[in-house]
Amino acid sequence: MVKYFYLITLLPLIGFLVNGLFGYKIKNEKVSGIIGSATILGSFVITILSFLELLSLPESNRAVVVNLFDWITSGTINIKVSYLIDPLSITMCLIITGVGFLIHVYSIGYMHGDKGFARFFAFMNLFIFAMLNLVLGDNFLLMFLGWEGVGLCSYLLIGFFYEKKFTGDAANKAFWMNRIGDFGFMTAMFFIFVATKSLNFATVFSSIQSNTISASIITTIALLLFLGATGKSAQIPLYVWLPDAMAGPTPVSALIHAATMVTAGVYMVGRCSVIFALSPLAMNVVLIIGCLTAFMAATIAIKQNDIKKILAYSTISQLGFMFMAMGVGAFSTGIFHVTTHAFFKALMFLGAGSVIHGMLDEQDVTRMGGLKSYMKTTFWTFLVGGIAIAGIPPFSGFFSKDEILSKLFFSGNYVVFAVAVFTAFLTAFYVFRLIGLTFYGKERFDSHHVHPHESPATMTVPLIILAVLSVVGGFIGMPHIFSTNLIEHWLEPVYSKALVLIPEHHAVASTEIALIISSVLVAVIAIIVSVNLFIKKGMLTIGTGKFFEAMQNKYYVDEWYDKNIVTPIRKLSDLSYSFFDVKIIDGLVNGSGKFFRNISFDWRKLQTGIAQDYAIISIAGIIAILLYVILR
Amino acid sequence: MQLNFFLILALILFTIGVLGVLVRRNAIIIFMCIELMLNSVNLILVAFSSYLGNINGQIFVFFIMSVAAAEAAIGLAIIIALFRNKQTINIDEMNILKW
Repeated sequence: MVKYFYLITLLPLIGFLVNGLFGYKIKNEKVSGIIGSATILGSFVITILSFLELLSLPESNRAVVVNLFDWITSGTINIKVSYLIDPLSITMCLIITGVGFLIHVYSIGYMHGDKGFARFFAFMNLFIFAMLNLVLGDNFLLMFLGWEGVGLCSYLLIGFFYEKKFTGDAANKAFWMNRIGDFGFMTAMFFIFVATKSLNFATVFSSIQSNTISASIITTIALLLFLGATGKSAQIPLYVWLPDAMAGPTPVSALIHAATMVTAGVYMVGRCSVIFALSPLAMNVVLIIGCLTAFMAATIAIKQNDIKKILAYSTISQLGFMFMAMGVGAFSTGIFHVTTHAFFKALMFLGAGSVIHGMLDEQDVTRMGGLKSYMKTTFWTFLVGGIAIAGIPPFSGFFSKDEILSKLFFSGNYVVFAVAVFTAFLTAFYVFRLIGLTFYGKERFDSHHVHPHESPATMTVPLIILAVLSVVGGFIGMPHIFSTNLIEHWLEPVYSKALVLIPEHHAVASTEIALIISSVLVAVIAIIVSVNLFIKKGMLTIGTGKFFEAMQNKYYVDEWYDKNIVTPIRKLSDLSYSFFDVKIIDGLVNGSGKFFRNISFDWRKLQTGIAQDYAIISIAGIIAILLYVILR
Repeated sequence: MQLNFFLILALILFTIGVLGVLVRRNAIIIFMCIELMLNSVNLILVAFSSYLGNINGQIFVFFIMSVAAAEAAIGLAIIIALFRNKQTINIDEMNILKW
């Protein structure tokens, strides 16, 4: 398998090139769609085969490096394009190619009739290519290549409907926010290279563990890396781009802004677990930022009315959960939540896309209602996703979220634990508000113009598959008291080095059962309250007053950023333009021109432009030389 | 025959050529003056060849004559091209060779 492993990234790249270069000539949705999806299916097959081969290896040998070619060789720097196949990267690859393939198939139906059909598939393929490089790269630079690549694809796909101005603005916002994160990542890479003289994961981690690097440097590296993660994974303070990113097509929101790209930050923290584990301060920052983000985004989600915005804030909140897990050293639990979240959040986004598709691009849930009878498949699958995210056993979200909660509890962070439980309550609450407003109650849309209908099979089949995965996906991570936790065991070799550095917390079985029961109770109560308010009483929103208004307006964070960061930077740019650029830069350039023109003003009269004058001068020169030679 | 006579004649011809190039304004005349300079040099080469009994000088003369023929073709073509552009062959009008 190793021999053909390069195909895993080559296939999506080929798909990108074919659709990107010749898509406008093919002009055939079937051909473009099949090329786009088949390449991802190919990658998925290779991933599964590699996964099986990795399973057959003994646990300690489950890290295979595939060298493709030398990338940069200069002095002591030698960076290879080589892929690291280990349980962590293969897990991510399974999500990326598996969920990615389903979303590609769904897109064939969703993007039907769009004039940018081939362009869409080209960008999606390029995204898969970049994302696979991100998770497979065995050095920081290749990871960074993928990191930037997914950022670029995110930008291109958010701004996909480029005729509308707000999509371009949203794309720019996402790009700039990510640049701030990238600054952190790059600076961290410089520090790493200076400290360890290498960018290769294995070398870096072993030299960081060898105690030759001071703790403050490690903390700096970890915090800078986490700044990168906050950009890509939409955490405080850089989360504001993700809700705006919903301007892109819905499959993009499902693939990039829910299932895969936004989890890159979690993956990166997981990959660099050794660095983080050595810095308790950085771990606490990760924990607190994750906690704050999860809570804040969940409260905002309650008051939103745009179906995709609700899901976007939900994604931010769930990413916060993943970082909380990372922050207490439960790395495999974080990756477990990445996996289950990829299933149910992709499902919910695709379901939302199906609703939007059937409602003629209506996104406001207050103008939906009663869609249950029109879209049966969409409704049932969406409900499955909702139950999964709310955390009702045995749906997948329950296992991962409960695992995070119990890890938080046993690590002794009781305040964070309490906030997380409350956030879980809010999660179930807003998800069932969304379901209630969309599928139940009176029909609040204009039934003369809008005729809701079920989507074609290319869209519903991926929904059904994802729904099945959302139901059964959790069994790979059963709580310890019931059976062995497969995913934790599977990921253990990756984290063995980091886990010895983190104080181990012994779970108490009776406490764990109590936690499970209470977390289920919290979810059930939230669902009952939500169903009561939004389905039985038919309310559209809850709460009035200043506080709820602030929630509806996203706590005025965008406005605050605009006033305190964007405007001052604009003013500074204006100032530096009118002063530095016009006066100093232009002054230097024009001044040097003027200087030479002035000193040459008299001399240039020598050049009359008449050939004979030049001839006289040269003959006078010749005569002078001859006289000198003769009379010497 | 004394060598000096030839040299003095060549010197006179050459000086006429140089002065013609420098002071005349008609491009054709200037061109002819250049030819005059070339031929005065030819005269010197032939004179020395005969005086020293060395054939090399005469071979050089052949070279110079053939080059002068080619140069005459090109020079006249240039003058015609100039005339077409400017409607004159007065060399003072050709004063764009400056900054």
